[in-house]
Amino acid sequence: MKKGVLRPGHVQIRVMDMQQALKHYVELLGLIKTHQDSQGRVYLKGWTEVERFSVVLVPAAVPGMDFMGFKVIDDQTLSRLALDLAAFGCQVEHIPAGELDFCGRRVRFLAPTGHWIELYAEKEYTGRWGVSETNPEAWPRGLRGMRAMSFDHCQLHGSNLPLTRELFVDVLGFHLSEQVLDANGNSVADWLSISIKAHDIAFVGDGNDGAFHHAGFLLETWETLLRAGDLLTMTDTSLDVGPTRHGITHGQSMYFFDPSGNRNEVFAGGDFHYPDQKPVTWHEKDLGKAIFYHSRMLNERFLTVMT
Amino acid sequence: MKPARLRIRERVSGAVFAVEQGSALLPAMEAARCQAIAVGCRNGGCGVCKVRVLQGDFDVGPMSRRHVSAAEQADGLALACRLYPRTDMEIERILEPVARKH
Repeated sequence: MKKGVLRPGHVQIRVMDMQQALKHYVELLGLIKTHQDSQGRVYLKGWTEVERFSVVLVPAAVPGMDFMGFKVIDDQTLSRLALDLAAFGCQVEHIPAGELDFCGRRVRFLAPTGHWIELYAEKEYTGRWGVSETNPEAWPRGLRGMRAMSFDHCQLHGSNLPLTRELFVDVLGFHLSEQVLDANGNSVADWLSISIKAHDIAFVGDGNDGAFHHAGFLLETWETLLRAGDLLTMTDTSLDVGPTRHGITHGQSMYFFDPSGNRNEVFAGGDFHYPDQKPVTWHEKDLGKAIFYHSRMLNERFLTVMT
Repeated sequence: MKPARLRIRERVSGAVFAVEQGSALLPAMEAARCQAIAVGCRNGGCGVCKVRVLQGDFDVGPMSRRHVSAAEQADGLALACRLYPRTDMEIERILEPVARKH
């Protein structure tokens, strides 16, 4: 927050079959379709999110993530951060307002891990879906599938973890909430927060530049997560792991794949992490417990399968 | 009429399993508790189940072009999760290194 970055705002995910993707993200995950633009991109949001969209699906021959966007506090901050990012040595691009419908101008930079991350200050405010701004009901009727509440974070894989940490902490004002250290004391994975959430973005330093590990979506409770697991079976959706609990963040979690092979996470709970708290440290030799707290065993797929 | 049961042989492991016509190869292999081919996203995105078709006819569904280029597809390479056998087949798994290609 100290540099004016507020929160995760959106992610653009490439899909090979839009109809299948919508069945997955709308009917199964329970996101709300709010728009389709002239390029054939479909805009979605979780019902608790106040802006017009948070997930953009784009038709493509190669699945994966195009970019993840963070909202900043105002346009002046956007201009200042564009200069700071360039001064840090990042490749910076300016995307004009309206390139994404309902969204103001964006400043996009290439993170040292090979991912395009962007910042924006303005997007149409539509309020929570299906509930009033005044005296709101607890939840709207008519939600579908897992009733995902919001897009929450991404996990991205690549090289140059120390430089990426420096960029996110020093330039953008994130704080390190958790890290995994190897035997030499070097971090192999960083969880970074711009809020009091345990993470808003995570980076794993495995050298797979530009790789998209997953997009995470928030559910309300552990029971909701079990129900989401039931829905995966009912729809014969490709499961990766869970429902289980993570050691890292202590969140309750389940991973599965969209119809183009992009990994999704739905999760509930987990730790808070205020900016004055020291980072939580895990050792790579205990990675099984750190990732899957109950089985204490990693599956190869979780470490190596990405889009 | 029940769909035909087709015989699939994976050359490297020597494993043999059956696929019903109209079904994808990889889930049939998983259902047969066979581990001849690595299982990843199961949806054409991650590339770990890539195989070379040595013999047999088949259809394919959408596959990530990062993992199967048009030239490779024409050359008989496919992702097993998106490969629908039409006849008995012989295939060969391709274990990609963990680090991805660019």
